[in-house]
Amino acid sequence: MSDAETMADSPKKKGKWTRRAFIGAGVVAGGALVVGVAVRPGNPIDRLSPMLANGQDEQLLNAWVKVGADNVVTAVIPHVEMGQGVYTALAQMLADEMDADWATVRILEAPADKKYVSDSIGRDFLFPDLEVPEIFEPTVAGGILELAQAMGLQFTGGSFSVRATGQRAMRTAGAAAREMLIAAAASEWNVPATEITTENSMLSHAKSGKSEPFAKFATAAAEQSLPAKPKLKSPENYKLMGKPLARHDIPEKVDGSAVFGIDANVPGMKYAAVKAAPVVGATVASMDASAAKAMPGVLQILNMGDFVAVVADGYWQAQQALNTIDTQYSKTEGDDLNLDGLFARYDSYLNDAGDDGGDIETEEGDVADAFVRATTKVEAEYKVPFLAHATMEPMNCTAWVRDGKCDVWSGHQAPVNARQAAADAAGLDFEDVTYHNAYLGGGFGRRSEKDNIEMAVRIAKATGYPVKMIWSREEDTMQDHYRPSATSRFQGGLDADGKAVSWSNIHTHLFDPQEAPTVPYYNIANHKIRKVDVPTHLRFGPWRSVDHSQHGFFIESFVDEMAHAAGKDGYAFRRELLAGSDRHLKILDLAAKMSGWDQPLPEKHGRGIAFVPSFGSIIAQVAEVDMSGAKPKVKKIYVAADAGFVVNPDGFIAQMESAIVYGLTATLYGEISIKNGAVQQSNFHDYQMLRINEMPEVEVQIINGDHKRLGGGGEPGLPPLAPAVTNAIFAATGTRIRELPLSKHSFA
Amino acid sequence: MINLTINGQEKAVEVDPATPILWVVRENLEMNGTKFGCGIAQCGACTVHLDGQPVRSCSTPISQAEGKSITTIEGIADEDGTLSKVQQAWIDVQVPQCGYCQSGQIMSATALLTKNPSPTDAQIDAAMAGNVCRCGMYGRIRQAIKIAAGIEQPTTKETIA
Repeated sequence: MSDAETMADSPKKKGKWTRRAFIGAGVVAGGALVVGVAVRPGNPIDRLSPMLANGQDEQLLNAWVKVGADNVVTAVIPHVEMGQGVYTALAQMLADEMDADWATVRILEAPADKKYVSDSIGRDFLFPDLEVPEIFEPTVAGGILELAQAMGLQFTGGSFSVRATGQRAMRTAGAAAREMLIAAAASEWNVPATEITTENSMLSHAKSGKSEPFAKFATAAAEQSLPAKPKLKSPENYKLMGKPLARHDIPEKVDGSAVFGIDANVPGMKYAAVKAAPVVGATVASMDASAAKAMPGVLQILNMGDFVAVVADGYWQAQQALNTIDTQYSKTEGDDLNLDGLFARYDSYLNDAGDDGGDIETEEGDVADAFVRATTKVEAEYKVPFLAHATMEPMNCTAWVRDGKCDVWSGHQAPVNARQAAADAAGLDFEDVTYHNAYLGGGFGRRSEKDNIEMAVRIAKATGYPVKMIWSREEDTMQDHYRPSATSRFQGGLDADGKAVSWSNIHTHLFDPQEAPTVPYYNIANHKIRKVDVPTHLRFGPWRSVDHSQHGFFIESFVDEMAHAAGKDGYAFRRELLAGSDRHLKILDLAAKMSGWDQPLPEKHGRGIAFVPSFGSIIAQVAEVDMSGAKPKVKKIYVAADAGFVVNPDGFIAQMESAIVYGLTATLYGEISIKNGAVQQSNFHDYQMLRINEMPEVEVQIINGDHKRLGGGGEPGLPPLAPAVTNAIFAATGTRIRELPLSKHSFA
Repeated sequence: MINLTINGQEKAVEVDPATPILWVVRENLEMNGTKFGCGIAQCGACTVHLDGQPVRSCSTPISQAEGKSITTIEGIADEDGTLSKVQQAWIDVQVPQCGYCQSGQIMSATALLTKNPSPTDAQIDAAMAGNVCRCGMYGRIRQAIKIAAGIEQPTTKETIA
């Protein structure tokens, strides 16, 4: 950073908001994080113009929107589309503030350029609790950009897009663009700007009867300075936000024309199949490829050290040849590890931590004292397994390294990171790499890793011609970055009235978000939450809702156990814990009401409730299960959600449906196990997916509780699902499920 | 040389007869709408029609298509580009999310409705259980099939409480 005065001390410190330094600084795991500086009014328009505008007919208004000569408004979206509907929702936000004609709005994904790193993501990712002073809220491409750039964040994940980029950048950009167009028209028409109105991409002046399309003033508007503080609409003036508009990306997803990473088509390209060492960290000790060499279409067989690649004229030829190669691998420390051994290791670390060891995450009051004095003591231990992402599109990447340049085609959640990873793997500069992003055939966190990018670039560098690398489903399952397995132990105390007075938890690992194991929304006077880090050789990765996926289950199961011990109904007990938090209570009450909580159910049926705020959204779910058969049958899920303000209700509901299926698949079946250090599951026959015949009915209702502070949509629907289901199983059968998945348990 | 008809067009391809239809369609014929998911007929992403019957193209050798007619996702709209009833219903219900499995879903649904224009829920389950959707759009897929079949009309529900 150029100005040392603007640097703050540490990422954890909440810096004071001054004009000179309105954000702190520091370092986050895995990457450098630098310093935020004062408002930096630089408009990146000059550098970006050649990348986005096609000739003289189009003028860029600012980094997030362009207006064409045909009066088409194009929203430039600094996020990737993986089915979450981000293109449409963000375009809605921009177009609404701009008063653009929705029927002609187009969407363009931002290029993988560091200028597109979203400053709002940087801010929300690093400083989620910081309220932005009003004076800084509407600045376009402000100082946090530098901070985010340093982190390489052009990242789609963390349920951030709408609540951060949309709320801060897209709306501001739309409003700024509108004000710049108005200023240009006011100047041309020689009328006060306040008398000009905008609607459907048109500017009008009622008194003089003048009316012209935006395009007429695009050139002049681009010469206006960026407004320091464009005025954003209040909800009663929203025209597009809050409407269930149809998604832009759907038509091309029903006729086969949508292009995913795996569909890259580069003239002259060849195909690679790969097999990495089954135990992470091992290398190829020796290989016998004599049979493969003689197989049709095979061009090259590459020992890349950590993996073997066969390059052939066709993918199937490459994979068939690869299957014949006999490979021996080096020994690693992970070779002796089995899943039971790993959970035993977790136990031993937890035991060693005892009553006071481990790292304290939150502590309030005196838990030990409150627990000793408690009338009723509740203790429980829960376990969850490793999970793979199993995106429908297996990992892949196409690369071409030649003449000091590199082109890469893939679908990635962090295109700037992917571009940097390609540069590093090719031994080139960032500027020498062109990264082409495509639709993602499922992301869920998996496509935020860079292993596939690096592998494809290394292969392409070795061959010199363009190569499309495709992982088999087996490789995709066995070489994932897994949702960590975890063990969590609780002690809870209840007083004579059955009121919760202490809450103590110790668990293995903490990845992200940091608040996942905490329960600040529950009124429990004494609480203490600790973690122990336990080494494991498997690679961890973010998996839809990240640590909330484990802790939602742990916390809401234990709350249910405490309710039962208190002799109270799970819904009533949670109402007590949420007393005084009206917004939370509304959601809990709505879910209960939707489900007919008090209504009787048939024999062997049960209802379970769970409540998990995450990613800025508050969600309660009630599951209804039928336990009359040999397997649990989840019949219906009721969802009550408060995400502040839902920009596209149908898209949000689709995210709830999707998170429920992702979570239910894991609850019923999901388990990655390890034997001799290697993952045992390989394909959908042994890593089972939920199918249409098992789909529960899903009913969603939304409360818009705070239009100023939005919550996420992609992930928060997942954490309450597992405990809602297992609490329902308890209600139906009296059997408490403390270990997932359900397929490990017998209900006959 | 293998002679086949794909989406009404006659083609000859020079490939190993054991090559799965999937890879011939994607790599030799350069039609990318049909997707690779699992390679072992467990997920349905690669579903195409062979003489009108749905098959998993990842596990069906091209030799079995010799002299037969293959239909892929690119071939189910009318020649003038008008979407099929199933495709249109998929848009009406906003079925796809990531969209990767949807070619296969639509091909399975199309085959079901050709054989059985008015399927029950159990028949929908039986015809569609081979198609995995990791984004979990099963409820919408069921609804879209019923709308395409004319059993249900598109509805809008009040969702803001």
